[in-house]
Amino acid sequence: MVKKNWWKIVSLLLLIYTVVGGFLMDVPKLFILNETIRNLYFHVSMWFVMMILFGVSVVYSIKYLRGFNLRNDIYAVNYAAVGSFLGILGYTTGTIWANYTWVTDQSQTLGSILKEPKLIGAAIALLIYGAYFVLRGSFTDMDKRARISAVYNIFAFAMLFPSIWIIPRLVGSLHPGAPGSDSGNPALNFKDIDSRLRMVFYPAIIGWTLLAVWIATLKIRIQLLKDKSLLNE
Amino acid sequence: MNKIIVRCSMLIVALLLSIASFAQQQPQMADVMRSNGKIYVVVAVCLTILIGLFIYVFLVDRKISKIEKES
Repeated sequence: MVKKNWWKIVSLLLLIYTVVGGFLMDVPKLFILNETIRNLYFHVSMWFVMMILFGVSVVYSIKYLRGFNLRNDIYAVNYAAVGSFLGILGYTTGTIWANYTWVTDQSQTLGSILKEPKLIGAAIALLIYGAYFVLRGSFTDMDKRARISAVYNIFAFAMLFPSIWIIPRLVGSLHPGAPGSDSGNPALNFKDIDSRLRMVFYPAIIGWTLLAVWIATLKIRIQLLKDKSLLNE
Repeated sequence: MNKIIVRCSMLIVALLLSIASFAQQQPQMADVMRSNGKIYVVVAVCLTILIGLFIYVFLVDRKISKIEKES
């Protein structure tokens, strides 16, 4: 029991460290951001873990297309589902953060916020994944559903690259990582992110990832129990 | 009679004043939860939610394990 589930305990411990360290440890003193830089451990982690889970999902989709084992399709859809959920959480937390740092404290107009390329890109990426679930729901034939949605999942993952990583960094953006803020990737650039932040940020990512994987495995196990008769094992 | 009332009311005022001054000079004990703008209260709340979530996920995990064994 403990031998197989040690990573769940690791997840709990890392997240306790994230909350305690994230609220209490020293952070760089920055204008406009002030204490909200601590959101790095929560808001940014959501997106980070979303990308990891989408990556896992696309790997299972490719595995499905190689052997047409329905088990891999179940893995792929559930990882994508938990990933999308985290993406929605990331978007929601981002709106709260932006409200105080962009709208109120930098007096940006609603127009400039709505034109914000990072927000548009993230919305496109999430909507593409939304379409993935719509597509799945529209099939009655299991094999067809698995096959077409696996191909679509690869497309959806490929669309993540331009929509949330490339385009917002080519055009001007308020979000960190835009040209002008010379930061490249705001989360991974060693010149940009303070070492005090990294002390909590990396454990936070591992902790949130493990929790998300745990929830995904629960969903997968329920689905496998439901479809037991179809999996012919 | 009037004198007694005056004296009593003065005593009450004095007592109230002493209570008021007592309230102002609360002894500063090692009260962690009220220091630093009560940030530790936020930490406690978030930890409670986090641990509660983990307990919930753990219970769901155990339930699924049980069903897996049965079927």
